Amino acid sequence: MKRNFMQNLKKHRFLFEELVKRDFKKKYKRTVLGMWWSMLSPLLMLLVMKVVFEQFFGRTMNHYTTYLFCGLLTFNWFSESTNSGMCSLFANAAIFTKVNVPKYLFLFSVNVQVLINFALTLLVFFVFCALDHVQFTWKFFCLLYPIATLLVFNIGIGMVLSALFIFFRDIDYLWRVFLQLLMYGSAIFYTVEKMSPKVQIAFACNPVYRHIAYFREIVLNGTVPSMETHLTLLGFAVAAFAVGAWMYRHYNTRFLYYV
Amino acid sequence: MSNPSPILDCSSVSIRYMVGDFKNIGLKEWVVRRLTGRYKVAEFWADKDVSFALNHGDMLGIIGTNGAGKSTLLKAIAGIMEPTLGKVVRRGKIAALLELGSGFDGDLTIKENAYLRGAMLGYTRAFMDETYPSIIEFSGLKEFEDRPFKQLSSGMKSRLAFSIASFVKPEILILDEVLSVGDGAFRTKSEAKMREIIKGGATTILVSHSVGQIRALCNKVLWLDKGRQIVFTDDVQGACDSYEAFLRSPPGTYPKFDPAEIAAKRAAAKAEAERQAAERRRQEEERRRKAAEAAAELARLRADSAKLAEVRRILKGGGRVPAGAPAGSASKIVNAK
Repeated sequence: MKRNFMQNLKKHRFLFEELVKRDFKKKYKRTVLGMWWSMLSPLLMLLVMKVVFEQFFGRTMNHYTTYLFCGLLTFNWFSESTNSGMCSLFANAAIFTKVNVPKYLFLFSVNVQVLINFALTLLVFFVFCALDHVQFTWKFFCLLYPIATLLVFNIGIGMVLSALFIFFRDIDYLWRVFLQLLMYGSAIFYTVEKMSPKVQIAFACNPVYRHIAYFREIVLNGTVPSMETHLTLLGFAVAAFAVGAWMYRHYNTRFLYYV
Repeated sequence: MSNPSPILDCSSVSIRYMVGDFKNIGLKEWVVRRLTGRYKVAEFWADKDVSFALNHGDMLGIIGTNGAGKSTLLKAIAGIMEPTLGKVVRRGKIAALLELGSGFDGDLTIKENAYLRGAMLGYTRAFMDETYPSIIEFSGLKEFEDRPFKQLSSGMKSRLAFSIASFVKPEILILDEVLSVGDGAFRTKSEAKMREIIKGGATTILVSHSVGQIRALCNKVLWLDKGRQIVFTDDVQGACDSYEAFLRSPPGTYPKFDPAEIAAKRAAAKAEAERQAAERRRQEEERRRKAAEAAAELARLRADSAKLAEVRRILKGGGRVPAGAPAGSASKIVNAK
């Protein structure tokens, strides 16, 4: 199965490249600000949150801007990836009902684009870290680990959502409501240390929060998280990906009944 | 028929669609209907028990009215869909050119779309770099190359689609109404190109509403009606005759393929035609005979009138009628004049 998958990927490399190109052109072609806007919008959001919440949480904390940015950076990636991933399969219905191509290519292509976006925002994040006098250490390389797991997790959730979106078109705004909830539940602008143990467990079960926490531990505390954290992140990613892959496999030839 | 394992083998292929509260109702509505027991779906069999096999180099025409299940069957053959029952076995690379005009992206330019479509059809980048000039040349859209695709007319769109697709080199080629794209000039060009591909040895499946095209190109015919297989045969002319007879028949007629009946009908028609031809020949002969008679009569009358003129001349010269000439005959001649 895995070899099959790799062979498929090799065979469809040209198509994949063309899809990535298309998604890029479509997103940025007709806007003057283009790519800059997708970097600018999280910065504006950061500014707003900083102004609003610094009064409440920033007084007792050093590097509040960086703390906030860690949360926003990670959460925005998750939200953008799942939101655009959700429609990726449906938007390409005209293609997969005519040509027999692996359907995950559409989702992967969107995720490449979102990933590049994230990378650019990450660069801005490092600039902010420097301005905020954060100590850069070798441990920053550990950030590659949560980035990798979150990428796989995003793709997994994206597969589940894009499959569901084919069946139920209203998943779209149900998911937006859920994302709103998740944003408030991921401790982006507040801290969880003083909360009750029960609530802390709830946070520990939130994959997005766990990734944010990983970022903060490296960037703000300069410590590498525990082995348990690493395994948990991996577990989230594998579980999401497995469910998504199962749905794609199971419904592979049935999607077109619904479009 | 010597090849023991056919290149394409469809055995008892049935494809079911679900209809009813099945799609476009959304999750909330779905939950509510499930809970209140008002969730209703019905089955719809687009194809029922279709079986056929093709060997290398065969050219199959699929005929049938709208909703016969042709396109659905093609999707199953192409592997886009899985048959609900039955099996499709393919022993070769397959290329399906279905509804060519769709699946392009309006915002991309013609060139970008061409590359994307080429990638979908399984071309490599190297092949595309090499063939792109010929593709744009063939489509005749060189001057529009960098325009967004949505600015093209629908005829131009299908021309481009055809031009890209015409460079496929599959072992099994599926054509769904693609031979009828573009204006007259382009159609001639595209048909020639298609014939070239077919001659290249591909096993081809052609869906067309032009029975003439099927007669001219195919060596086997599959006739579907409302998902049922009426016939799969290599008697192309017989099947096309039956199909055309069915199209002319009043609504409600059960379509049937009966070569014996068709042959009998054809023989009867031939006999009738021969009888009519014989009748025409007889009438023609009769006409000729009468014309000859009339001509002879005319000649005789002319001779008579010549004789009369002679007699008159003599009379004028002599001054009077010679004695002994019967009075009646002279007056008769005058009357005749």
